[in-house]
Amino acid sequence: MEIIQQLVNGVSLGSIYALIALGYTMVYGIVKLINFAHGDVFMVGAFIGFYCISIFHLGFFPALVIAMVACAIFGVLIERIAYKPLRNATRIAALITAIGVSLFIEYGTIYARGAQPEAYPSNIVPLKSLELFGVKISGQSLLILGTSVFLMILLQFIVHKTKIGKAMRAVSHDMDAARLMGINVNNTISATFAIGSALAGAAGVIFGMYYTKIEPLMGIIPGLKAFVAAVLGGIGIIPGAMTGGLLLGVIEALVSASGYSLWRDGVAFVVLILILIFRPAGLFGKNVREKV
Amino acid sequence: MLKINDINVYYGNIHALKGVSLDINQGEIVTLIGANGAGKSTLLKTISGLLKPKNGEIVFEDEHIAGKVPQLIVKRGLGQVPEGRRVFSNMSVEENLELGAYLRKDKKGIREDFEKVYQLFPRLLERRKQLSGTLSGGEQQMLAMGRALMGQPRLLLLDEPSMGLAPLLVKQIFNIIEEINKTGTTILLVEQNANMALSIADRAYVIETGKIVASGSAEELSASDQIRNAYLGGH
Repeated sequence: MEIIQQLVNGVSLGSIYALIALGYTMVYGIVKLINFAHGDVFMVGAFIGFYCISIFHLGFFPALVIAMVACAIFGVLIERIAYKPLRNATRIAALITAIGVSLFIEYGTIYARGAQPEAYPSNIVPLKSLELFGVKISGQSLLILGTSVFLMILLQFIVHKTKIGKAMRAVSHDMDAARLMGINVNNTISATFAIGSALAGAAGVIFGMYYTKIEPLMGIIPGLKAFVAAVLGGIGIIPGAMTGGLLLGVIEALVSASGYSLWRDGVAFVVLILILIFRPAGLFGKNVREKV
Repeated sequence: MLKINDINVYYGNIHALKGVSLDINQGEIVTLIGANGAGKSTLLKTISGLLKPKNGEIVFEDEHIAGKVPQLIVKRGLGQVPEGRRVFSNMSVEENLELGAYLRKDKKGIREDFEKVYQLFPRLLERRKQLSGTLSGGEQQMLAMGRALMGQPRLLLLDEPSMGLAPLLVKQIFNIIEEINKTGTTILLVEQNANMALSIADRAYVIETGKIVASGSAEELSASDQIRNAYLGGH
C-alpha cells in the first residue's frame, strides 16, 4: 500500500507542476518565448493568497480567486512592459529579458517585504482524511487534486470552445493569417499571459497550502521543474503540459519512496536531459509537416 | 472602391513597391499579374495592413486605410485569401470557417453564410469535422476562400489561388471566383497564371520589380505582344 500512497502524493505534487507548466507551454505556443519569470508569478500568487488568508481572513477559495485575478493582471503587465517591445527582436534577447524579469521580481519582493519565509496557515480548510483500501488520502491532497483538475478542464473548455480560445490557437499557429481574420493579436497574446499567469497564481496558493512554507525565492525550483514538465510533454502542447506535470510528480514521489529523496530535484533534470536526447519534441510532440 | 495612390513599401533597405498606383471599381474582377518577386504579395499585404507603406495613400470606400491595423481593415469589408492558403491546420474545417467570421456578431447571418459557403464548396461540408491540415491542396484553397467569405468582404483579395493545383482544379477554382464575383463581391486577383487570370478579369495590371508597367482591359493586355511574350508563353 506504501507504493499507492506515494503515487497519490506524486499526483498531488504533479498537478501543481502541471498548473505551472501550462503557463509555460501556452506562452511558448503563442510567442515562442520561454517565460522564465513564470515561476515568480507563481511565487507572487502564493504571497497574495497568504495575505488574503492571514490578513483579510478569507477562506481558501476566495483567496485562490483573488490570487488568480491578481496574477493574471501581473502577467499581462509583464508582457506589455517587458516582452511586447521585443516582439520583433531576436529570441535570445527576449529570453535574456525573461531571466532579468525573473530576478527583478524575486529581489523586488525581497526588497519590499524581506527574505524571511512565511508559514501558510494549514487549517484554513477543515478537511478530514479519507481512508480507502488502507491508503490514507489527506483532505488537502484531494482538494489540491480537485482544484487542479477543475482548472485544467476549465482551460480545455476555454481553449477549445470559446472565441478567445480559438483566437489563441489561431495566433499560435499563424500570426499573420490570424490578423487577416481580424483577430487582435496583441490582445490575444495578453489573454494568453493572463490565463497562464492565473493558473500559476492558483498553483502558488495550492503549493503554499501543501508545503506550508513560502518565501520569495520559492518559485525558482518549481518553475524550473514545471519547465521540465512542459518540455517532457512537448512544449506548446497543452495536454502535454498536463501529462508532463503529473508524470514528473509521480517520478519524484517514486524516487523519494525508494529512499533517494535527496536525489529528487536532480531526477527532474535527468528527465529533461533524457527527453532532449531521445525525444526532443516531447511525448506529445510530432514533427509537423505543412502542405504547400 | 479601392484607390491606391503612389505607395512605397520597404523591407528594411529593399524598396519593394515603387510608387504603385491602382484602382478598383465596384463589381469588377481586377487581376495583377507579374513574375515571382515582382511585389504582388507585398501589395496585397500592404492593402490588408500586414505591411505599412512608407508613404502614399490607400483609400477604401472613401476611408484612408494605409497604415491602419489589419483587424480594422477586415472589419471595413476587405478580406484576403493569402498566398499558400495559410489555413489553420491544427483546427477543423468548421473552426477555420468560424474564425473567418471572427469580427461578426450576427449569429443568424453567420449561420446563413455557413450554408452559402458549404453550397459553394460541397467538399467542405463533407469534411467539416476534419482537421484542415489533412485536406488536399485544392480543398485547402477552397477552405481559405470560404474562410475569407465568412467575413462578408465587399472586396476580396486573392493571392495566387491556382498555386500548386492541377489544371482541372484551377479551372474549378476560377469558376468559383467568377461565381463569387457575380454575387456582388469585387475581386482583386493576383496570379502568375496570367492566361487564366486574364480570361476571367475585366481589367489587369502588370507589375515588374515593384512598379506597375502596364494596365488596361483584360482583352487589351491579352492582345498586346509585349505581354504575350513575357507572361502568356508567347502564343
